[in-house]
Amino acid sequence: MNIQFRESPEAASPLTAKTAIADCDIHPARATRTELYPYLAKRWQHHLEIYGVHAYQGMTEGPPYPKAQPNASRRDAYPPEGGPQGSSLSFMQKQLLDPNNVQLGVLNPLNTGQGIRNHELSAALCSAINDWQIDKWTSKDKRLKASIVVGNEDGLSAAAEIRERAGDKNFVQVLLLSRNVEPLGQRRYWPIYQAAEEAGLPVGVHAFGFGGNPITPSGWPSYYIEEMVGHSQCQQSALASLVLEGVFERFPKLKMVMIEAGFGWAPSLAWRLDKAWQRLRSEVPHVKRPPSEYIREQVWWTTQPMEDPERREDLFDVINWIGWDRLLFATDYPHWDYDEPSRVLPAGVSEANREAFYLGNAKKLYGLA
Amino acid sequence: MARHVIAAVDELPPGARKFLEIDGRPIAVFNIKGEYFGLMNRCPHQGAALCEGPLIGLAQSREPGEIEYTKLGEIIRCPWHGWEFDIRTGQSYCDPRRFRVKAYPAHVEPGASVVKGPYVAETVTVKVESNYVVVEL
Repeated sequence: MNIQFRESPEAASPLTAKTAIADCDIHPARATRTELYPYLAKRWQHHLEIYGVHAYQGMTEGPPYPKAQPNASRRDAYPPEGGPQGSSLSFMQKQLLDPNNVQLGVLNPLNTGQGIRNHELSAALCSAINDWQIDKWTSKDKRLKASIVVGNEDGLSAAAEIRERAGDKNFVQVLLLSRNVEPLGQRRYWPIYQAAEEAGLPVGVHAFGFGGNPITPSGWPSYYIEEMVGHSQCQQSALASLVLEGVFERFPKLKMVMIEAGFGWAPSLAWRLDKAWQRLRSEVPHVKRPPSEYIREQVWWTTQPMEDPERREDLFDVINWIGWDRLLFATDYPHWDYDEPSRVLPAGVSEANREAFYLGNAKKLYGLA
Repeated sequence: MARHVIAAVDELPPGARKFLEIDGRPIAVFNIKGEYFGLMNRCPHQGAALCEGPLIGLAQSREPGEIEYTKLGEIIRCPWHGWEFDIRTGQSYCDPRRFRVKAYPAHVEPGASVVKGPYVAETVTVKVESNYVVVEL
């Protein structure tokens, strides 16, 4: 089939007059399979060629579910010079950053080195990704900031990576994924929270990962659409674990960002936790306050994907509970479920709340205000 | 209704599509097996350049386990979020009441009539002996 691609409308529209925004979930991709090799010791390059990479679950060479569009990405996001969507800085500037007046773009690389069974390889790949983020992205465009990718299943080496990057202004958060070997509140992950708290860096928990557990709490589903909604179930388990294992109590300055799993479920999770805690407090005496208090004080939420209720007022009710100061706008570029900045927020939001939603909250959280 | 000559028939063979802007509106014209269809090239959902998506068929099901796949090559799927629209009518199958893409009639006219008519030729040099795709706006 003959498809004539042309410049998309945003690429053609001028920068002027668009409100400055932060985009708190951008996915940079590697243009080639070996793009990380310059950042990897020869030992690991050879290891990759001979043994490959193994996650905690099978069949991850292709994703467990087809992702709706090639590379789960917008079909108009292929860079003109070739390579997968999200692999070209110049095209990202032209298609996303410039036309949308993105003042701060937070990079969250996926399929990196997280959740790999060989922990030494995992640490080496994560460190390589972090070097690559500086070289290819943040040093070339000051609007972009990186997330420190860590070998999450080995808390100690992850903490070492965080400490090594602490203070480097190229990085603004630590990145974890929602699907891990165990729920995120468990002690093996505590060194990560300790190092992040010391460094003053928020910890982002992005949907996805290959932790070896089924994609939903009730087993392996048949359809991709079930994986999509399963991300919010997974984040709920992660957040419950963080509260109930006492992570927020133990690390009171820790800030968590729930990325790409919606937020409409936050109030009901908090209400259920509070109700259960009132009756079962003695099981978890280290949880000293109602769970909702930790959540409202220590958790932020990226917007994409925003729930889209029939009555927009219902969305406002949820946001009013979460707080207008807790939402961070995100497009998820270049992925196919991208949110267009000018279309996500309905009318009837005050100027102050709009500004916080699109930019202010992110600048404050990431220490750039 | 203004009519616009947008291509010589030879330039828009079956399977091809052409993007153009007419009166400030982004339009795409398709040749599907010799039939021509014009659509507004903007998704009513979040504004993507809709017609850059793939042409697929329509999957429907009367009951679980039974799938009918029809209208092959007649459904355009948005390159961003995968919303589906019938290129014959601009109708969406998820929410036909609220989301609809403007469809513009397109057809072929002989050069002789195109030269005579009060049409605007966008980028096409018209020769009387050829046939042209004309879209109505």
